[in-house]
Amino acid sequence: MKYIPHSAAEIESMLQSMGLKELSDLFRHVPEGVLVSSELPIPEGQSEMELDRYFREVAGMNNGVMEFSTFLGAGAYHHHIPAVIDSLISRAEFYTAYTPYQAEVSQGTLQAIFEYQSMVSMLTGMDVTNASMYDGATAVAEAVLMANRVRKGTKALVASSVHPFYRWVLQTYVRNFSIELVEVPFTEEGRLCTDSLQKALDDDVFTVLVQSPNFFGVIEDLEAIAGLAHDRKALLISAFTEALSLPILKSPGDCGADIVAGEGQSFGIPLSFGGPYLGIFSTNTPHVRKMPGRVVGMTKDAAGRPGFVLTLSTREQHIRREKATSNICTNQGLCALMAAIYLAHAGKSGLRLVAEQNLAKAHFAAAALEKLPGVKRRFSGPFFNEFVVRLPVDPHEFARYCKNSKLVPGVPLKWFYPEMTNELLVCVTELNTRAEIEDMADLLGVYCSKGGLL
Amino acid sequence: MYSDDFLYTKDHEWVRVEDGEATLGITHYAQEELGDIVFVELPEVGTTVDAGDTLGSVESVKAVSDIYAPVGGEVIEVNEILEDKPEMMNEDPHGDGWIAKIRLSDKSDLDKLFSADDYEAYIKEEKEK
Amino acid sequence: MTNRVRRHISIDEKLLFDQATGNRSSFELAPLDVDYPGADRLLPRELVREDVPHFPELNEVEVNRHFTRLSTYNYFIDLGLYPLGSCTMKYNPKINEKMARIPSFAEAHPLQLHENTQGCLRLMKHLEEMLLAVTGMAGATLQPLAGAHGEMTGMMLIRAALEARGNPRRTVLIPDSAHGTNPASAVLCGYDAITLKSNSKGCIDLAELREKLDENVACLMLTNPNTLGVFEENILEISRLVHENGSLIYMDGANFNAFMGIARPGEMGIDVMHLNLHKTFSTPHGGGGPGAGPVVVGEELLPFLPVPVIYEKADGELTLDYDRPASIGKVAGFYGNFGVLVRALTYMMRLGRDGIKAVAEHAVLNANYLRHHLQDVYHLEYGQPTMHEVVFDDRYQEEFGVSTMDIAKRLLEYGFHPPTVYFPLIVHGAMMIEPTETETKEELDAFIETMKQIAAEARANPAVFRQAPQALRTARLDETGAARTPILTWQQARES
Repeated sequence: MKYIPHSAAEIESMLQSMGLKELSDLFRHVPEGVLVSSELPIPEGQSEMELDRYFREVAGMNNGVMEFSTFLGAGAYHHHIPAVIDSLISRAEFYTAYTPYQAEVSQGTLQAIFEYQSMVSMLTGMDVTNASMYDGATAVAEAVLMANRVRKGTKALVASSVHPFYRWVLQTYVRNFSIELVEVPFTEEGRLCTDSLQKALDDDVFTVLVQSPNFFGVIEDLEAIAGLAHDRKALLISAFTEALSLPILKSPGDCGADIVAGEGQSFGIPLSFGGPYLGIFSTNTPHVRKMPGRVVGMTKDAAGRPGFVLTLSTREQHIRREKATSNICTNQGLCALMAAIYLAHAGKSGLRLVAEQNLAKAHFAAAALEKLPGVKRRFSGPFFNEFVVRLPVDPHEFARYCKNSKLVPGVPLKWFYPEMTNELLVCVTELNTRAEIEDMADLLGVYCSKGGLL
Repeated sequence: MYSDDFLYTKDHEWVRVEDGEATLGITHYAQEELGDIVFVELPEVGTTVDAGDTLGSVESVKAVSDIYAPVGGEVIEVNEILEDKPEMMNEDPHGDGWIAKIRLSDKSDLDKLFSADDYEAYIKEEKEK
Repeated sequence: MTNRVRRHISIDEKLLFDQATGNRSSFELAPLDVDYPGADRLLPRELVREDVPHFPELNEVEVNRHFTRLSTYNYFIDLGLYPLGSCTMKYNPKINEKMARIPSFAEAHPLQLHENTQGCLRLMKHLEEMLLAVTGMAGATLQPLAGAHGEMTGMMLIRAALEARGNPRRTVLIPDSAHGTNPASAVLCGYDAITLKSNSKGCIDLAELREKLDENVACLMLTNPNTLGVFEENILEISRLVHENGSLIYMDGANFNAFMGIARPGEMGIDVMHLNLHKTFSTPHGGGGPGAGPVVVGEELLPFLPVPVIYEKADGELTLDYDRPASIGKVAGFYGNFGVLVRALTYMMRLGRDGIKAVAEHAVLNANYLRHHLQDVYHLEYGQPTMHEVVFDDRYQEEFGVSTMDIAKRLLEYGFHPPTVYFPLIVHGAMMIEPTETETKEELDAFIETMKQIAAEARANPAVFRQAPQALRTARLDETGAARTPILTWQQARES
């Protein structure tokens, strides 16, 4: 039987040893009224061979994934993933282990997560980082809930340049709390409007949430925002979707953030149609006992040797139950391990290298596109590897036009911001070659010159 | 074990009243049930509470429990030593491990508390549960 | 007695940060093919970071060896029995991994045009259909990223449905045997959790339920079979009472592996249920995730499912529907842990209808086999017939000063991962054992033998428990010290 190693004789002897005859005897106490009367309405099981065939066939329906060059970002990024990551996480010792509750036989996972916490804290510029959250969006939502535990209040100010999906998740999370989300607009630079922020900051505001680089790719002036928020005793939550901006930008911690929350997918985790990803969550020591999620701490064993344990677990649901800081339980352990391996392998210089290539190529692309008549960057603020261009044509139609040339030019923004009818969000990473960038510029040039009427 | 100079609550806290000031802490029984205490969340000096309000919390490795105000009044002092040495609550719960002092606003709050004998009977009952 | 104690080869693998460092990175990219004037020229200087102090800098060879060595310190299901009750540590079929790594799945961007990702959407649709078939429910969302996330989503759906009826109500009834995530999830949805005391059989007490069911009760959250492994024999009556009261029933699906293919929650009157794909459907636990917690619902809750919902157009093309005004909103960044969904679908297709039923039958067989052969030496607080797990306790060992924790640590010395301990809370000194269907009889027998040996040791030589585990690389760890003075990063370790 599939994945059930008993022989018929063994099953019989096991039943016999318990004084039973048939397997169904084990279910005698299940009330008859609930037993299914017929077989499940699903097909018979299949062999590996048949499944191989089926999944390859379905994978084939994803035309466009493999052979297209892509400039898609917006919260999920194509980056080079070193082979050593998949090789290591394919070790059964890692991927078939449970959450490391039994510390003595989980030191491998625990030490790796401790190293993850340490490296990520260096990058975010914060004191501590938890063992992971589900993804960037839920990490940000939990950050707002945490901020409300630290500082009572009823209003959270949210930059409208935070990823629209993140804001949507946040809205869902707070719908049953007495928390009002107030949006703060952006300027022509694409940065948070500090005048509006100042006006909106009243005593009821417990936190200000911004993303940097924000959804438009623009890097925020976090220090200025932190100053304004702290003047009114509100916490600054600094969110991010592109973790590879951290090695090159002044850290959110250095800029004064109280909580840093975002998406770690860029650290060696495949796109995989939106998940599993990695929620990163960092904060500073004074707030650590209000932090959601699991965290690994260093300690000693009975023989005085260093070792690691899950700690501060009284914050968690299995002890605190209804008073827990969050209901998060299983999170993204293996993804945190992937990030740890990525970070260790890239190292200080490798991270700088990737970040600089992204920066260089995105700026090259922006310049190439801006050379075209009628094409202009929508925002003037500084950017890392994503930027918004305004086109003289409909970006959706342009994207369709590019299909024949096996190219995905970016994410049209109209769906997210209805007023942005002509805006396209372009992401350029180390994987995009100069030739691809020039192809896109050429395609756009031709398409525009024909007035978008192809 | 339990001194007659103190009063006790069903939440396993003790209170000692002197000149209208109530000093409070958790009982020996409570610290034993909690095990090694690792963190105490203390109230802020100056806050005013009613009897039964949450004052803070005590955490051990395996459990966490709220500290309730046994009496109403203003918090006038907290035992800041506990922030660095929470283990004091295990070592000397009825002495150096005290948590806070409250200036009593209503003496009748005291009427609802257990005497030492009543408290000992109460924990005996708890243990049998 | 087979002594399965393993010792690890590498005794002391230093932290990454404490290894030799400096200019050793072997990380490379294709040469930069555009001009790069330097970060300071492309960005305002005040935004640029000069350095990440203390960040490691190692060669691939060292990194690979470091993590490989760390891996050898772990216990894992491929090595042996992992009898954690409620956690369902079963074999993770390798074909699942292969399917999830098919490049056009692994490299699909979530915001590709739907016409380019029909394969991904087709798989998700297929998994939804399979989950509905085994649960007998009306609709599904694959978005929740873990079991507890599914619970929160499910409770939000209940709240939304009751709001639509006119009154969200205020309380949620939760049995005292429930997982701790249940009350935490209820509170996240704005409800007060009210505890239902279990009866002498460890089940929901109908009299207590009747008494506590009032107009404030939004829902009953139950786990079936419950955390004692006992199937709620009165489930139909419970369901009737709850619905008559205008309340709904949430079922925690953590234990669905005990009866899939045998009974269907949809036919028990369950309104919402989450499934743990990493428990029931064999996707790996990954040392603490990623899992997936899809939620299945009855008719009434369909309009409230999170957006987007996968929708099949008349021409057979699949698309994502965001235009659902009654929806609770979005609970995750994108559409769920897709990579985990692929693994679960692979498993379900591999098993098929008979295989799925066989999983439940053999999970229950193995648990009962352990129960039968250990019940003379370990105390059973509740004597009811049990399904896929059994909860013993340390009552018989207590008199020798040996506790559940001691037994757990001693098991480690014999090379077995211990069961879930001190849960459920309603059993003092609980040891919750769930072997799953993927264990051999030999492995079960070895575990029984070891547990008996330990019981004998408790009687004859309790001193051996004092220092356990000693035979392992790591001895008992100081959790108190860790919690009193948290050292959560290398930076903090260096300072302390």
